[in-house]
Amino acid sequence: MKKLLLYSLMIIALPNLAVAQKYFTKNGTISFFSKTPLENISADNNQTVSVLNTQNGEFNFSLLVRNFHFKKALMEEHFNENYMESDKLPKAAFKGNIADPAKVNFTQDGTYNITVTGDLTIHGVTHKISAPGTITVKGGVIAANSKFIVKPEDYNISIPKIVRENIAETIEVTVSCSYQNKM
Amino acid sequence: MQLKIQILALAITAITATNIKAQVKDSTDLMSMLEKETSGDNRDSTIYTRATFKTTRLINGHTVENLGKGVLDVKISHRFGTLNKGGYELFGLDNATMRLGFDYGITNNFMVGIGRSTFQKTYDAFFKIKLLRQSTGKVNMPITLSYVPTIALKTLRRSDPSQKNPFSSKLFYSHQLIIGRKFSAGTSLQLMPTYIHRNLAELTTDPNDILAIGIGGRQKLSKRVSINVEYYYQLPGHKQDTSTNSLSIGFDIETGGHVFQLHFTNSMGMSERTFIGETTGKWGKGDTLFGFNISRVFNVGKKR
Repeated sequence: MKKLLLYSLMIIALPNLAVAQKYFTKNGTISFFSKTPLENISADNNQTVSVLNTQNGEFNFSLLVRNFHFKKALMEEHFNENYMESDKLPKAAFKGNIADPAKVNFTQDGTYNITVTGDLTIHGVTHKISAPGTITVKGGVIAANSKFIVKPEDYNISIPKIVRENIAETIEVTVSCSYQNKM
Repeated sequence: MQLKIQILALAITAITATNIKAQVKDSTDLMSMLEKETSGDNRDSTIYTRATFKTTRLINGHTVENLGKGVLDVKISHRFGTLNKGGYELFGLDNATMRLGFDYGITNNFMVGIGRSTFQKTYDAFFKIKLLRQSTGKVNMPITLSYVPTIALKTLRRSDPSQKNPFSSKLFYSHQLIIGRKFSAGTSLQLMPTYIHRNLAELTTDPNDILAIGIGGRQKLSKRVSINVEYYYQLPGHKQDTSTNSLSIGFDIETGGHVFQLHFTNSMGMSERTFIGETTGKWGKGDTLFGFNISRVFNVGKKR
């Protein structure tokens, strides 16, 4: 009887052991870069929260806009005040999926090319995007990298004429996250 | 054998139990963790209020704003003649007093500045330190508190050269506390209690010490334009008989690295002692003047 109970517990245990693995990070990096002949502007956010579900390829990112830091204090102020309105719209997020998660073997070291598609929300505006990237597995640590282009105009971020020459029409966004934590 | 199986089973049960726990936590906490980490009311971190004002000056006087570390702010200010001079002097534009100033942020909370004004050929210097910073979150601070002491040296020669004119008689001091609060994205107010000391007053009947309380604020009209008001009330008994209270109304126009401040004021001077304590213009009689400040910032220090 006791044995039966134990075996039944084992049966419950088995699917659990095999079930979804979610990896997360609280200090992923998302940077952006604006290049014009007049001025290059870049900023980093090192407090990006991201969760990756290695079972079904679900891939989420969330960050606070005010955690983007610039080289110039005034740029950071203007970014928050004039462009992103981070008091009113504090967050930016991406909710999506790896297009073909089966292609990635999360238990074997290597670099895998992936495509991620999903909803990107910036400045309160959501657009469906698709971005190429890589997943690198090394010694049980999963790293994700991606580069894609965002147009401020698409997200209702208006750039006045007077600084039009200083801010690029397309901004390059770089994602670099390392997932050491399992949950 | 049976014991072994039981031990094994127990071990697996233990793993299972933690696994189940993790799973439950997982499904419910995953999104809430994302939410909590990035929610505005995160109690684990302090969020400092920024951009209470566009620049470090409201109109004539200081705001609670400081320059960032390593930022040099070149300020060029003009005050023209009074409007009631009429068309002959193009409503005052024929006469200009001007101040050239250099401010520098040593840290994000401590800045220094020097300037030279053509008004009474005055050199001035100051520092400004933030004692409290308005914030929410872990530290909830409703106000920003700054302290600004200034020193000014008037080098204009006295009209009567026979009068004794020791160096100390040319010096003026002011001490100012600024209590500011950003009430909303567009609205900020500040109070500025001020003490001014003049080693030498113009008349023997004039007090050496002046006490005043200032009130000022801004209302944003758009992202880059705000309307500002600044008023200094001199306490009765601690003011010069002939002086009026300084009242100024102006606009801030910000364009990236520049801030243009255009205003009407009844004060000609641009240092604390002159505009708070020695204003003589009266608004009612058109005894006001047009002026502007231009601020241009340069990042000269290393990155933060």
